[in-house]
Amino acid sequence: MTTQEALFNYCLRLADNHLILGHRLSELSSKGPLLEEDIACTNISLDLIGQANALLQYASSVENKGRNEDDLAFLRHERHFYNSLLSEQPNHDFAFTMVKQFLIDAFNFYLFDELKKSKDLTISALATKGHKEITYHLRHSSTWIDRLGLGTDESNKRTQNAINELWRFTDDMFVMDEADKILISEAIAIDLNTIKPKWHNTVNAAFEKANLKIPEKVWMQYGSKQGKHTEHLGFLLAEMQHLHRAYPGVKW
Amino acid sequence: MENALSEKAFQDKIDAGISIEPKDWMPETYRKHLIRQISQHAHSEIIGMQPEGNWITRAPSLRRKMVLLAKVQDEAGHGLYLYSAAESMGISRDELLDQLHTGKAKYSSIFNYPTLTWADIGAVGWLVDGAAIMNQVMLQRTSYGPYARAMVRICKEESFHQRQGFEIMTVLAEGTPEQKEMAQDSLNRWWWPSLMMFGPPDEESPNSANALKWKIKREGNDELRQRFVNQTVPQAEILGLTIPDKDLKWNEAKKGYDFGTPDWAEFKNVISGNGPCNKERITNKIHSHKEGAWVREAAEAYAAKKNKTLIAA
Repeated sequence: MTTQEALFNYCLRLADNHLILGHRLSELSSKGPLLEEDIACTNISLDLIGQANALLQYASSVENKGRNEDDLAFLRHERHFYNSLLSEQPNHDFAFTMVKQFLIDAFNFYLFDELKKSKDLTISALATKGHKEITYHLRHSSTWIDRLGLGTDESNKRTQNAINELWRFTDDMFVMDEADKILISEAIAIDLNTIKPKWHNTVNAAFEKANLKIPEKVWMQYGSKQGKHTEHLGFLLAEMQHLHRAYPGVKW
Repeated sequence: MENALSEKAFQDKIDAGISIEPKDWMPETYRKHLIRQISQHAHSEIIGMQPEGNWITRAPSLRRKMVLLAKVQDEAGHGLYLYSAAESMGISRDELLDQLHTGKAKYSSIFNYPTLTWADIGAVGWLVDGAAIMNQVMLQRTSYGPYARAMVRICKEESFHQRQGFEIMTVLAEGTPEQKEMAQDSLNRWWWPSLMMFGPPDEESPNSANALKWKIKREGNDELRQRFVNQTVPQAEILGLTIPDKDLKWNEAKKGYDFGTPDWAEFKNVISGNGPCNKERITNKIHSHKEGAWVREAAEAYAAKKNKTLIAA
């Protein structure tokens, strides 16, 4: 694998994480529990898809094969998407959505903070801009963890249930492969092992404060870095890509 | 006697173009009229998020997806300012939502039509937002201050939406034959409902007279409808699309277009709940409100606990 191939793959991962998470959040438009929250979730979804767009544009220039950001978003198949398994999980209820957002926001918060120092100037610039938005996203989702954990018995129960169900997808975010090795050696990417303890502490502290627990002895699910997803991604892509695919090559 | 004096002073103020503010005296009928109108407007913004939001997950490019998300977010924001403006007249948001959910309050009947293709996102922006702006421009000078100020901001964003809608239509109209057909089909379905957005003809409009007297409205339904047709026909020509009205003809004497009569029976039916999507729109709204109940309860319980801790400390 060349550095260019590794970088292309790495950009796709970052972009796909944001695109799929942003897409899931956009499914909630006009379905929020209150109007203010509807606005907040749409806004976060917009940030995430905006960041995905910029990362896919960079991926397309790194690849340099004439595929633009839309080709990459709408014409890749499921096995060529590299978003984390967690990001593609369905919304189910507001607790699931917020737990998912929180776990990923905390991950992105540390990842993007480190990527600001990337030797790749585009990655570094996108990380700097992205980190500002992610800081707000994390504040939003961690406030909800607190509210839901400490609010009512029902909200605590639902939130704990969401944590129990989603925890098995968390390790998958930290998996590294050859692309990471190549890019770490060139100081472009970061070693995810260095942010894992920070992520764990943040999550654990937020849960403890909100009377919630990380479940024990969970069998972890992996596969996103090889494009092996849960069954949910296929349906998401079928919906997201169908119009673009139905009229090949046209302008929108 | 006192009431008659107040009413005279109130009307004098209106006639002098002085805006009415929340703490000012106002006739009960004026308050009722405005609560009805502002809340109806707020509900329209909120229900309007559904037909447009319908295409967010299927938007055909990343740029279109982002623009549509931003647009739907704007509509939610408009709903928020308008609910606040209505609340300044002494009604709570819960009461307003309750009126929407029980069918007591109306919303613009245009949102009871379905968005069947991507072109409908263009047509809604171009025609529906275009018609809304015609109504709303005059509302920037409406006599009730908080409503007028909310409308200034809303109008800026709406005219942006209208241009975006027109741009979607332009790309489709200049695209492949299939895309152009999609655009024409969409215009065919949205044209008449858009004309109905201005309300029934003036002589049949029950609330128009007071609205004009109180300068809540400044122009009649027919005048606004005529202006919309005059503005939109040349735009359709630029797009190379045909307005679905065989009676449409330039009238040199009035310097405007003559046009056919909308199907007012259809209008009345859609308003009274028989449109293609009335049931879905309200059912969805009630469903998400119910689904969100535990979240709102949790937020309230949490805030109450926090307050207690603050007081104890």
